Amino acid sequence: MIRDITIGQYFTGHSALHRMDPRTKLVLTIAYIVVLFLTDSLPGYLLAIGLLVLCYKLAHIGLKVILRSLKPVIPLVLFTGILNMFFISGDVLWHWWIFRITQQGLYFAAIMSVRIICLIAGTSLLTYTTSPIALTDGLERLLAPLAKLHFPVHELAMMMTITLRFIPTLVEETDKIMSAQKSRGADMETGGLIKRVKALVPILIPLFVSSFRRADELALAMECRCYRGGEGRTRMRQLHMGGVDLAATAVMALICAGIILCNYLPL
Amino acid sequence: MKEPIIQVKDLVFSYQSSDESLPPHRALRGVSLEVPEGQFLAVLGHNGCGKSTLAKHLNGILVPESGQVLIDGIDTRDDDRIFDIRQIVGMVFQNPDNQIVATIVEEDVAFAPENMGVPPAEIRRRVDWALETVNMQKYRQQATYQLSGGQKQRVAIAGILAMQPRCIVLDEPTAMLDPHGRRRILATIRTLNRELGMTVVLITHYMDEAAQADRVLVMDDGAVVMDDIPQRVFSRVTELQAIGLDVPQPSELAFQLRRQGVELPYDILTVDDCVTALAHLLEA
Amino acid sequence: MAIIKTTDLTYIYNAGLPTQTTAIKDINIEIEEGAFVGVIGHTGSGKSTLIQHLNGLLRPTSGKVYIDGRDIWAHKEQIRQVRFDVGLVFQYPEYQLFEETVYKDIAFGPGNMDLSDSEIDSRVKQAAEAVELSPADLQKSPFELSGGQKRRAAIAGVLAMEPKILILDEPTAGLDPRGRDTILKLITRYHQEKKNTILLVSHSMEDVAKFASKVLVMSDTGVLMYDTVQAVFSHAQQIRQIGLSIPQITQIFIQLADRGYPVPRNVYSVEQGVHEIQKLLQGREGGKP
Repeated sequence: MIRDITIGQYFTGHSALHRMDPRTKLVLTIAYIVVLFLTDSLPGYLLAIGLLVLCYKLAHIGLKVILRSLKPVIPLVLFTGILNMFFISGDVLWHWWIFRITQQGLYFAAIMSVRIICLIAGTSLLTYTTSPIALTDGLERLLAPLAKLHFPVHELAMMMTITLRFIPTLVEETDKIMSAQKSRGADMETGGLIKRVKALVPILIPLFVSSFRRADELALAMECRCYRGGEGRTRMRQLHMGGVDLAATAVMALICAGIILCNYLPL
Repeated sequence: MKEPIIQVKDLVFSYQSSDESLPPHRALRGVSLEVPEGQFLAVLGHNGCGKSTLAKHLNGILVPESGQVLIDGIDTRDDDRIFDIRQIVGMVFQNPDNQIVATIVEEDVAFAPENMGVPPAEIRRRVDWALETVNMQKYRQQATYQLSGGQKQRVAIAGILAMQPRCIVLDEPTAMLDPHGRRRILATIRTLNRELGMTVVLITHYMDEAAQADRVLVMDDGAVVMDDIPQRVFSRVTELQAIGLDVPQPSELAFQLRRQGVELPYDILTVDDCVTALAHLLEA
Repeated sequence: MAIIKTTDLTYIYNAGLPTQTTAIKDINIEIEEGAFVGVIGHTGSGKSTLIQHLNGLLRPTSGKVYIDGRDIWAHKEQIRQVRFDVGLVFQYPEYQLFEETVYKDIAFGPGNMDLSDSEIDSRVKQAAEAVELSPADLQKSPFELSGGQKRRAAIAGVLAMEPKILILDEPTAGLDPRGRDTILKLITRYHQEKKNTILLVSHSMEDVAKFASKVLVMSDTGVLMYDTVQAVFSHAQQIRQIGLSIPQITQIFIQLADRGYPVPRNVYSVEQGVHEIQKLLQGREGGKP
């Protein structure tokens, strides 16, 4: 069911990772992604994977959750993997008709797969350990300087907050509407592409209508709670950079340096 | 004497139809009302009688077409003071899902004081207090979408309490809840009124909820048709039924028996009232 | 023969995940054709899960569902046929309306059944009549209707499939007393005319007592009782223990009986209550010298 999607989900907890400042986590995640794409050696990848495993251990998030979050990207991983496997020239290991697998191809396929998996697992970790509000909060504050350039930072953050808040509600609603239409004999499982697209109409229209109604009511409720944009707004949660942040940044810097160094090691 | 917190004078309001050629629909036709501070007022009526339109005038979401609404002496037409008004009169709506802004319970409760620019330590204090008051303290770190309807509605009430309003208007807060959720919300409302001395305006079409108020206002077709204590309102069974409302079974039993010439008091509302009165009758 | 029968029906959500929950467990019920069954139980007791099994929206984790004697999952590809035989009206069904006109929306269900156009037309008109929507209403957009009308249009969309069994999940939720009475009146009339089987999920014990012939009580993933209204509400204590209430009028008479007055405990309507009290008072006057 659609409910099983875990990407973007937050798990409450009190681990060191949960306690870190969202700004630190955001910056470190970006750093991790950059480094991931700079890596070009086996020890480097091992370090990158090792770091991830360590972080997941620290956050008390199990293997099962990671695997579930990876499920939707499996096709992507397979696709890039296969593409790399067949289309990179080099020493041929096996070939049949126009297909050939080269040693280099296999190597790149493995690397691309590892990169994508680490990328997803790494960014998922950010959302697993950071409440959506803290995340948008962190983002809003990181981008605060842009507000001076009349970039709508607060509005953007508020939109993100509300989107995240309503995703589960809309997923549930979609489920309900689908069940209701199926009860009226709607057939969503068989037929060609056009038939299937047509079968979505009875789902999408009620969903749109109800989303507009929700948006209306929410806007009203927000007004009643004195919402008037970002100006003069205070926040309950004060962000503090503490020891954890310092330690994490240090560890991250070391590991990143290590990964990059690995590129230059004679291996 | 202290000025009433809510003063509504000859309030008239119409909705313009989206079709310009149609005449506007008159939702309120001259409503006058005064609510003293600390009162628990229930506004009763069927759908479309104007009760929600009236509610929306009490914190300036709608402004009168003619007539006047004064909240603590402030005219709701005064744009400069609109946020003062909204802070004095908090509003809770029917669908709990559509009034929760944040993903985590306590973050949502903090939304209003954050908008008001309250200092962080004070927000924290208010959030804790508000959650305590609605008995949701132990869910403060939970995701809002995992809560039941009744729990969500209590979070919504806490979100309003965090503004520290003097009056709270609830527009059919229990219409979408199961009986358990309804009971909890009613208990919460009573606490607000009796223990915190807050003025409560409860818009509802449930008689048993209205029965718990100090005063019941019955609306029909944009006008106030009854305004009295619950016992006296609910003894007017025929009139209530004529305007599409129903009467609690104990009141109806008493009414039917009275019509048959049985001598029973007029103020029977609850099962206990009814049992006591019937026992008294049978004892005689 | 029972029109609905389940044997050891069990359903587990998110099996194998940390969030695994048993929604219903070992449910064995037999509902006879033509019954009007009130289904009661607090939120989370498994009512919604049970009714979604009866038209094959959910597939049992274990156990069987028989409709009209046939195992509905015997031929998986025929599950749509089951949905035409067992009409399910969800809570707040107006949120499923999507067509340009009310007519087209009501025609959606029958349109999925491979019927002739004239048959669809007659079914739509009959269903609209059953829920008291006028021919003029049929040409409107469903979004122009009032709340109560929308609800009725959505119910008509299921009635037009002419199901043998009609299941309604809290069809009166969120309506005012007038809207509620209209819906209940329509359902009762429909039942009397078609003599089909109806399951009505409700939180209102007063409504269940008034309209249903049988009551199915769900509690904590199982069926606690399935019996006549009289029999079920005579277990007041047990009903209260699972967090449900009994009709207020019944409560009054049970309390009077507990105080030793010679009144019956099985009073379910105000009319009946008035009658009982009068009988008692007259008996007394008659007894006076």
